[in-house]
Amino acid sequence: MNDDKAPLGSRFRPSRRSVLQGSAALTASLFAPKGLLASDFPTDQVNTTGLAVTDDTVTIGILHSITGTMAISETGSVQAEKLAIAQINAQGGILGRQIEYIQEDGASDWPTFAEKARKLLVNDRVASVMGCWTSASRKAVLPVFEQHNGFLYYPTFYEGLEQSPNVIYTGQEATQQIIAGLDWVAREKGAETFYLLGSDYIWPRTSNKIARIHIEEFLGKEVVGEEYYPLGHTQFNSVMNKIRLRRPDVIYAIVVGGSNVAFYRQLKAAGIDMTEESPLLLTISVTEDEIRGIGGENIVGAYACMKYFQSLENENNLAFVQAFKEMWGEDMVIGDVTQAAYLGPWLYKFAVEQAGSFDVDQVRAASPGIEFNEAPEGYVRIHENHHLWSKTRVGRARDDGQYDVVFETEDLVEPDPFPEGYQ
Amino acid sequence: MFDGFTMGELGAIFAMQGFAGLILFSVFVLMALGLAIIFGQMGVINMAHGEFLILGAYVTYLCAQFFEAFLPNLYGIYFFVAMALAFCVAGAFGMLVEWGLIRHLYRRPLDTLLATWGLSLILQQTYRSVFGAREVGVTIPEWMLGSLQLTDLIEVPINGIFVMTLTTVIAGLVAFMMFRSGWGRRVRAVVQDRTMAGAVGINTEMTDRMTFGIGCGIAGVAGSAFTMIGSTGPTAGQLYIVDTFLVVVFGGAGSLFGTIASAFTISQAQSVLEFFLSGSMAKVLTLLTVVGILMLRPQGLFTLKIRK
Repeated sequence: MNDDKAPLGSRFRPSRRSVLQGSAALTASLFAPKGLLASDFPTDQVNTTGLAVTDDTVTIGILHSITGTMAISETGSVQAEKLAIAQINAQGGILGRQIEYIQEDGASDWPTFAEKARKLLVNDRVASVMGCWTSASRKAVLPVFEQHNGFLYYPTFYEGLEQSPNVIYTGQEATQQIIAGLDWVAREKGAETFYLLGSDYIWPRTSNKIARIHIEEFLGKEVVGEEYYPLGHTQFNSVMNKIRLRRPDVIYAIVVGGSNVAFYRQLKAAGIDMTEESPLLLTISVTEDEIRGIGGENIVGAYACMKYFQSLENENNLAFVQAFKEMWGEDMVIGDVTQAAYLGPWLYKFAVEQAGSFDVDQVRAASPGIEFNEAPEGYVRIHENHHLWSKTRVGRARDDGQYDVVFETEDLVEPDPFPEGYQ
Repeated sequence: MFDGFTMGELGAIFAMQGFAGLILFSVFVLMALGLAIIFGQMGVINMAHGEFLILGAYVTYLCAQFFEAFLPNLYGIYFFVAMALAFCVAGAFGMLVEWGLIRHLYRRPLDTLLATWGLSLILQQTYRSVFGAREVGVTIPEWMLGSLQLTDLIEVPINGIFVMTLTTVIAGLVAFMMFRSGWGRRVRAVVQDRTMAGAVGINTEMTDRMTFGIGCGIAGVAGSAFTMIGSTGPTAGQLYIVDTFLVVVFGGAGSLFGTIASAFTISQAQSVLEFFLSGSMAKVLTLLTVVGILMLRPQGLFTLKIRK
């Protein structure tokens, strides 16, 4: 964690670099470096807009909350981005240039995010930014990125209804995450009735709106309850009784933050045993990261629908998990968003090398169609709409805080940030 | 809403909902008692109350780790040790804060508000630096999980019963100390007339320190108990602070009975409304009602008659 406080713009210290060599060697073989030389790409040709690109370095920004309430969630993203940067550097960087980063702290405060984004783009002239977590912070920095033509890689699964020319969304938008999970639970578990539940802000409300329309109009099933609790709510005993009263087949829960822990602990205490699946619990807001706070024994048996689980069995993911733990400690867990954050620097590298330029306009033009074969979650590709084609998976929580993957879509799911028929 | 249920089933659900209301009541009393003592008896607005709660939660976490590593066969009872430790640690820290910070600000109530708010930020960042930004999982002994089957249809969460018992015991102890012990007599005397209390030989400084320490200690115990129902993270204290102030202010500063009555009113209103409306709407209506009543009765439900 000390690295969070490293001097701004510092490179990795030698000690860290030596730690990384093991994992770097492992990934280097996987990622087949192209061995690009900076001298083949003269700086005045690849950087015509005055970005922070020199003959041997390119500077990017990292903009997350490392203090304040959101630090809980955003710490993992910062760690993943630093890992990706270190690995890319070990392979020779981008167009032969080593990546340096300037890290700023959004401090869980949306105006601060906007201010720091402006600082990164205007003062530091960073070539791109990995950052933001909540939709509120993204909405706050969006005008800054559009005004100064910056380029942001945003890692979180979110509600959709947005497509900025200055953002690449590496997490899933709502329909990608929701529809496959609902289809699965209706098909495999024969679910007929659903109880929708969430924290009261834009993401759960938009997601539940999509879920309700899908359940009622596309699946022909029934929603027997829908309600929201304020962020930070800690008393869920009343809702347990309402659930008993309505007897849904599925509790569809999008509770976030500190409420999450309270909700699952009280669900367990109320005698609703999720391993018995009556009712079955399906969530889109609990990653392995959240389970650390909830406690595996309190959520065992619940199903989660997202695109990545730490337990995925493929060699890219095994290498990724190993490298992550070597860099940040054995007890680390990796959730969906952390993995999506890891994609950011890689997708940027590929887009720049495809474009042969660091200029934002060129990188943007080159981005659609960029593929990442070795992503931990498996092959992904950037869609015309700046979101990723990705698979959706359903996992079942084990008591050790990991998920068993029980279902995965056969094909990549198309991102659809403005879903027709769902608004 | 009630179609297709027998009277028995409905009765069971209402009984469980009644329990839910009582549990909420106990939680409110538990989290507000510490603040009520400090705010009511000393007039200090302790914005760092939530962080004292979380201090207790972290003590519980450390205690759980310790028992898991060194005394695994006593794991079932570690919670009681943790609560006692939480009281001592939070209480001692509270006395330190009183000595270092609060006592210099007694005549400047608004400054105590700022100072304790600053303290709360410092504490949050300290927790973050020491324990990491992520929430820690406090493992609860097996016997405290799950629910108790009262009849075929009625089941009550064990942690709820535990919190109710704990609240009753602590509220009883506080009432006893406040109205039957020498310390309580001194506290009440200082509240009623500080100068006169000093003149008859009461060490008012020591009384203040004890009061602040006990208030914080109770917050620590509450935090320890809340690991069963909520999260333990650097900023988790903020989850409780609004409800806590609401209960204390609505009850009327200075009256412990008022705090309990107010906790009862608010918890019952919220629990009933939550059952018939959605969660957010219930909160809105509860807050509106409280605002309305406070406009008519700014001093809160109950007040002590104090000579000004």
